[in-house]
Amino acid sequence: MSQALETPTRPAIDLLGALKSGALAAIVAFGLFSLLIGVRTDQGPTGALEIEPRLVAFGVICAVAFVGGFARALLAGERLDVASYVPEQIKAAAAHIGRYFGLALLAFAVIEPIVFYHNRYILDLGILVLTYVMLGWGLNIVVGLAGLLDLGYVAFYAVGAYSYALLATTFGWSFWICLPIAGFLAACWGVMLGFPVLRLRGDYLAIVTLAFGEIIRLVLLNWQSLTGGPNGISGIPRPSFFGIPFADEENGFAATFGLEYSATHRVVFLYYLILALALLTNWVTLRLRRLPIGRAWEALREDEIACRSLGINTTTTKLTAFAMGAMFGGIAGSFFATRQGFISPESFTFSESALVLAIVVLGGMGSQLGVAVAAFAMLGAFELFREFSQYRMLVFGIAMVLIMIWRPRGLVATRTPSVFLGKPKEVPAEVVAEARQ
Amino acid sequence: MSAPDDPILTVEHLSMRFGGLVAVDDLSFSAQRGHITALIGPNGAGKTTVFNCITGFYHPSVGMVRLAHADGTTYLLERLLDFRIAKLARVARTFQNIRLFAGMTVLENLLVAQHNPLMRASGLTVLGLLGLPIYGHAEAAAIDKAKYWLDRVGLLRRADDPAGDLPYGEQRRIEIARAMCTDPVLLCLDEPAAGLNPRESAELNELLLGMRADHKTSILLIEHDMSVVMGISDRVVVLDYGVKIFDGTAADVRNDPKVIAAYLGVEDEEVEQVEAEVGL
Repeated sequence: MSQALETPTRPAIDLLGALKSGALAAIVAFGLFSLLIGVRTDQGPTGALEIEPRLVAFGVICAVAFVGGFARALLAGERLDVASYVPEQIKAAAAHIGRYFGLALLAFAVIEPIVFYHNRYILDLGILVLTYVMLGWGLNIVVGLAGLLDLGYVAFYAVGAYSYALLATTFGWSFWICLPIAGFLAACWGVMLGFPVLRLRGDYLAIVTLAFGEIIRLVLLNWQSLTGGPNGISGIPRPSFFGIPFADEENGFAATFGLEYSATHRVVFLYYLILALALLTNWVTLRLRRLPIGRAWEALREDEIACRSLGINTTTTKLTAFAMGAMFGGIAGSFFATRQGFISPESFTFSESALVLAIVVLGGMGSQLGVAVAAFAMLGAFELFREFSQYRMLVFGIAMVLIMIWRPRGLVATRTPSVFLGKPKEVPAEVVAEARQ
Repeated sequence: MSAPDDPILTVEHLSMRFGGLVAVDDLSFSAQRGHITALIGPNGAGKTTVFNCITGFYHPSVGMVRLAHADGTTYLLERLLDFRIAKLARVARTFQNIRLFAGMTVLENLLVAQHNPLMRASGLTVLGLLGLPIYGHAEAAAIDKAKYWLDRVGLLRRADDPAGDLPYGEQRRIEIARAMCTDPVLLCLDEPAAGLNPRESAELNELLLGMRADHKTSILLIEHDMSVVMGISDRVVVLDYGVKIFDGTAADVRNDPKVIAAYLGVEDEEVEQVEAEVGL
């Protein structure tokens, strides 16, 4: 093995050092996994607790750690520059494709219900992905543009969902009236969260927003008389096609348009509904970036003191960022409520906030395309590993670690400036500020 | 120098205390309209603290800071919030450690500086979101103004580059251009020549004199580079340990014994005498 490695192009390989570092990794793995993997507790025939050693699995783990540490030490100092192995033509082609990648993704999203019309599973997955794309884009305003680290985004999702559920079940208002109301109410909550955290940044802001998300969930859980507590709200009206219900009856959607009744009609409608809402979010965000308010958000992320010295009211700027992000979260929430027909506080736990934030961070903060791709990859991967649910979080964790090593700024790390005098070009990631400062 | 008494900025009995530390002690001075006033002093003399009091980043413990526009409107700066000082009283500033928006392009930096007029033109975002032409015109005008100032500081070619990628001297000039984009009546520059070579310092002098001539901007300046201070200041105020020890023309400041004492120290026998005069 050493002979194969000691080719003239790679002089002075420190084999002993590599062995040492491999051994070190193996020792660390030994310590870490001796109890986690090395032994397994089980219930014996008498009902007593028994310890069953798992030496093979334990040995494999330690061996993997040894090989990993050995290889890492050998390759250390030699940056694996994958890009230099790719021929120029392929790079040019990739750049060309990259330019139209967003459009291709959009085209795919539009035709998906037609292609997979008979595959209910794919349609449902598409709706789920698009919901998270919308949530990601909404949170991107707060985290990616304004640089305010928000760990309680799910609170606004919950406010939107409960607003629609309560308004629709209590007053019988239609979805299209409730949607803007839910967005508005969520925006109000965004401002309410914004006020107390105006002076906070970074980690401190993250902690307070995290608490805010939990407060909303606990209130929903305990305010039995209004929200039904843990039982949630059921019988939420399903959406109608602008007043025409999706039902197998005389004035239903299928009968009105002379089609044969099919339950898929509603699913397809829901799909296009969330696609339209997500695209609205995207359109508004892209527009806002080119307006003074959007530039002020980004300036706030870069340097708050400089903003104040230029006459920018940082209070209102922060609050509008919170309100905008919350509004889209609320709208996505009311879509969620009408799609499920049943909501309970269980759907609005911290893990939802974490997932949406992970999508934003993975996608590259501030990048619309990156967030969409990240939502697709993340939820797609979750579904792929559904059958191996035991290993799902493990693979998820490893993937996150690898991405943070290779692309610490997310999939799309560059920032596109909002205005140019000459030819458009990207801003490299190194100079752009991040939410956590 | 013609000296009609028309102060743009009047600082009276300004004191700033941080706990037990008195950073600025009973400071009074004024800056004349259309003049370049330099605020100098050894390190730690309290110059930047005075700036922070004027621009609202600190609230002075005692004292009054009055700004008078040419039309007679006066603002009491110690009562205004920092962003209102920039917005209403139109006092702009730069920072000792440059504070550009590093991840945004130079042009974007200069557009952020025109936030308030653009915000008004975009109908608090609503009209702009709908894409009405009124905002388009306003933005085009803002870009023209940014181009004008980039041209003035000689950096038009860097307009589309990220501000954080520019070399130090160019960042200083961009920061001045950005401050000028807010249409200030008073521009406060905190060590604009720090880190510049002699040629760049000379260019800075030209720029500041040109700005004053063409735009009637009054300038208040903290500086250690004496070629800048002596070359362009109409008036020099010297601080030492938060106390004003000199206030007069650039020509006189070189020969003032208290200033020399503050900067260079004095012979042992002179110490007591000078300290008595300074009031330490």
